[in-house]
Amino acid sequence: MTVTVEEGARGTRTAGGRPAPAPPRGTRTSYALFLLPGALAFLAVVIVPFLMNTGVSLTDWQGVGAPRWTGLANYRRLLEDGEFWASFRHSLFMVVAMAAVPTLAGLVLAAALFDFVGKHFGDRLAAFLRACFYLPQVLPIAVAGIVWSWILAPEGGSLNALLEAVGLSSWQQDWLGDPDIALYSVMGVMVWVQLGFPLVIFMAGLQRVDPQLYEAAELDGAGWWRRFRHVTLPQIRPEIAVVLTWCTIAALKVFGAVYVLTKGGPGGATDVPSYFSFTTFFEKTQVGYGAAISTVLTVIILVLALAGLRLQTRAEDAEEGGRA
Amino acid sequence: MTTALRRYPVLIALCLAALFMVVPFLVVAVNAVKSPAEYSRHGPLSLPRGLYLDGLKDFWQRVDFGRKLVNSVLISGSVAVLAAVLSVLNAYAVGIGRIRGRTWVLAFFVLANVLPQEALVYPVYYLSKQVGLYDTRLSVIIVFTVIQAAFGTYLLSSVLGRFPREIIEAARIDGANAWQVLWRIVVPVSRPTLGVLLVFFFIWTWNEFLLPLVMLISNDNQTVSVALGVLQGQRLMDATMTNAAALLGVLPAIVFFLVFQRTLTRGIAVGAVK
Repeated sequence: MTVTVEEGARGTRTAGGRPAPAPPRGTRTSYALFLLPGALAFLAVVIVPFLMNTGVSLTDWQGVGAPRWTGLANYRRLLEDGEFWASFRHSLFMVVAMAAVPTLAGLVLAAALFDFVGKHFGDRLAAFLRACFYLPQVLPIAVAGIVWSWILAPEGGSLNALLEAVGLSSWQQDWLGDPDIALYSVMGVMVWVQLGFPLVIFMAGLQRVDPQLYEAAELDGAGWWRRFRHVTLPQIRPEIAVVLTWCTIAALKVFGAVYVLTKGGPGGATDVPSYFSFTTFFEKTQVGYGAAISTVLTVIILVLALAGLRLQTRAEDAEEGGRA
Repeated sequence: MTTALRRYPVLIALCLAALFMVVPFLVVAVNAVKSPAEYSRHGPLSLPRGLYLDGLKDFWQRVDFGRKLVNSVLISGSVAVLAAVLSVLNAYAVGIGRIRGRTWVLAFFVLANVLPQEALVYPVYYLSKQVGLYDTRLSVIIVFTVIQAAFGTYLLSSVLGRFPREIIEAARIDGANAWQVLWRIVVPVSRPTLGVLLVFFFIWTWNEFLLPLVMLISNDNQTVSVALGVLQGQRLMDATMTNAAALLGVLPAIVFFLVFQRTLTRGIAVGAVK
């Protein structure tokens, strides 16, 4: 059953640019009618709220009464707000933890599981290990947060208990409560959460690589590293582009983990734009200012998404060019 | 022999890494069945000396966990079905109908899909209060139906774009209208892809946090994720309770994972490389 889907998904990339003959004119309009419910729903749930949010970002509004037009005042305030800059600086750390590290580790793990474990110890073991790495991905982020905030608790937490058991008591920390460490602890949790996603995508990508390429490389005496570098990497460039884009966007959107693990603390040490806008909206009820924060976040994400789409198309073109 | 000697260290390293990924689940399971006394005496790393289920029972009753499960199932299930229907309708127009401006329509759905919910959350909160939908499960169902359908439309459009046109044309010649072609031919043939979408939508909605947190404030309407996240945020739980919460939160995810493992891992590849 799933095979059909995979076939289909694979076909697009080659067939994407070639338009099938269009249906005659009259039927086109009748097809457009099928878009109507979707269009209305999107208007109500996405477009109108988004425009409202952008509009509100140009006002001073507490959520009740009439918003007072202030032009770009909120954005000027953002530029001078240390909390805002700090939250975006922490976003960069999240990009490292959720995009850079998982992509690199995912590449090595995928190649190791596919090219090494699969070959020498069987596909079942490779699939089982892959499942272990993927498990955290299906966990609700709120639950992952509960699990880890308990493991990382300063007293009675498993990590500190473990350190004590192996005689490393001096390494014990208040992992989420120490402003110098909290951000790194959250990063560690996010690596754990995110790792399975690139791994699964890369392993799926490797399955469509022609095995003859590996055999040829092996015959030429290429070791594991050279096969990885010259066969694996170039072959799954489209997947790498996709994973980097998606993970970077996910990193910029991080909310649940911060809410559950640290609430942005201690002292704002783990604040991120998403959490910052949430508290500005609902705790400080400075709706105009919160809207400005989320608008900036949106612009950054949309630019990244467009750049990512281009990167992906280029990688696919390059790959097809290389194959032809 | 030499190769075998070199092989096993790598395998062992990989297994250790995999174990590290799973250990948090095991630690939670082990500690959720310890009594508070045992926990405070032996700490989190000891194996349980017996099965103590009162912690789980207490927690279940205190947060009315059954109710939260029902809410989560109801919301995620409705969203999965409704979003799949909406995706099919959209993708039918784009992928098979090839309506004019379809590239723009698709680009719009892609962008809607990456849009951060922070940019929608306040207006959605405000508008739902105006129309009386605030703090109802229906509001969350409506919002996520649309958000998930953005991804579904995007994926299905490319799948339907390669639908064999001969079949459709043959049906049209036999006098079937566009509506009949959709339900009698396109939907049945696309069942595998729709299955993947249903699973994705269900799990994604189950795991959602920000919007349900804002929209569902009364205890009776909260989902599992929101209830657990809020409890954790209040910092009122002792160790046994935290572990009970974590275990009860983890269990449904494990069940989904086991049931949908194949669909999920393969399906994810579908979603990523269009």
